[in-house]
Amino acid sequence: MNNFLKGLWKENPIFVIMIGMCPTLAVTTAAVNGIAMGLATTAVLVCSNLLVSLLRNFIPKAVRIPSYIVMIAALVTVVDMVMEAFFPEIHRVLGLFIALIIVNCIIMGRAEAFAAKNPPLAALLDGLGMGLGFTWALTLIGSVRELLGAGSLFGIKVLGSAYQPVILALLPPGAFITMGLILATFKAVEISRKKQVAGGVTGVAGPISHTGQHSISQ
Amino acid sequence: MLQGLFLILVSTVLVNNFVLSRFLGICPFIGVSERIETALSMGWATTLVMTVSAVVTWGLEQYVLIPFDLGFLQYVVYILVIATMVQTIETILAKTSPALHRTLGIFLPLITTNCAVLGLAILVAQKGYNVLEAAVFATGGGLGFTLALVLLAGIRERLEWADIPEAFKGKPIVLITAGLLSMAFLGFTGLVAQ
Repeated sequence: MNNFLKGLWKENPIFVIMIGMCPTLAVTTAAVNGIAMGLATTAVLVCSNLLVSLLRNFIPKAVRIPSYIVMIAALVTVVDMVMEAFFPEIHRVLGLFIALIIVNCIIMGRAEAFAAKNPPLAALLDGLGMGLGFTWALTLIGSVRELLGAGSLFGIKVLGSAYQPVILALLPPGAFITMGLILATFKAVEISRKKQVAGGVTGVAGPISHTGQHSISQ
Repeated sequence: MLQGLFLILVSTVLVNNFVLSRFLGICPFIGVSERIETALSMGWATTLVMTVSAVVTWGLEQYVLIPFDLGFLQYVVYILVIATMVQTIETILAKTSPALHRTLGIFLPLITTNCAVLGLAILVAQKGYNVLEAAVFATGGGLGFTLALVLLAGIRERLEWADIPEAFKGKPIVLITAGLLSMAFLGFTGLVAQ
């Protein structure tokens, strides 16, 4: 169970480990794109983790990286074709970045760091957790940018017509700045939490400060 | 002809900068931009790999994948070519120029998973460039990457002396700085008619 949960928060690939940043910044102009990109990556990650784990005793150590890359590239080709056939609209929006799932450090990182050393079920759960952690992070960034830049969420107008959209949030600089502000917010929450812990109530605070250190300070 | 090539170069270095407007190669952009010297070495190494692999993948696309209708193998072939190129360049450098190898060596393996390299190869195929245009596009992409990396490294060296609010220390301020850089590069929009 922990294999699944750690990717969601404690070892979240985007907010904590900060890998796989290119698609994170590039496609998050709307919440829907974030979800789509996240789920496509999750599909590849789950399959690649499972494959790598099943084959972990057969692949010679010296050629493991090239083998992983070829497996991942084949999986991405499949996902790319499936998306083009069933969701042409989203496929067009995400474009190049579906192909670039191959070089997303999360996939290779999990294959090397986890799947190559663990049994299939654990690897599958790890892939699912990491993938969903990636997905919610992308969706959050996409939502913030869509809300600021278009006044809507998932394509539905939320803010009234009086709202003057901040176009900058949808342009490339907006991606960097939004991501920076979200990270800073997490860090600020963490700092204030630690201050509270230092102030007293040690009995309750113990476990909270423990998870806190893991989640942000790395 | 020459004018067309020059336009491609300017547009990839400044207007459609690979890092700041296409979001390719963000990992090394954030990861290897603490010192100007390392940023410069990383930039050169990437430019080299990008140019060589763009030309090789172009040749494979035109003379193998298209004639034999093997388009579905594109991603697999490209990533293998890039990994092989990186390995080859490393071996050649180690034999011919040990000094250069010492500076660039540790960066080379990282470049295989730099999405700017694979992204570039796919973009070349999509745009239908000829071999010369592909080479110029790749070099421009590499130079643009180097420029962005060195600019950010320069700012980060200064940032060390700045009084940054606690919550913004580390990655957040780097991302916001990158955002401001990207905003500055927006000023180049319209320089080249697309």
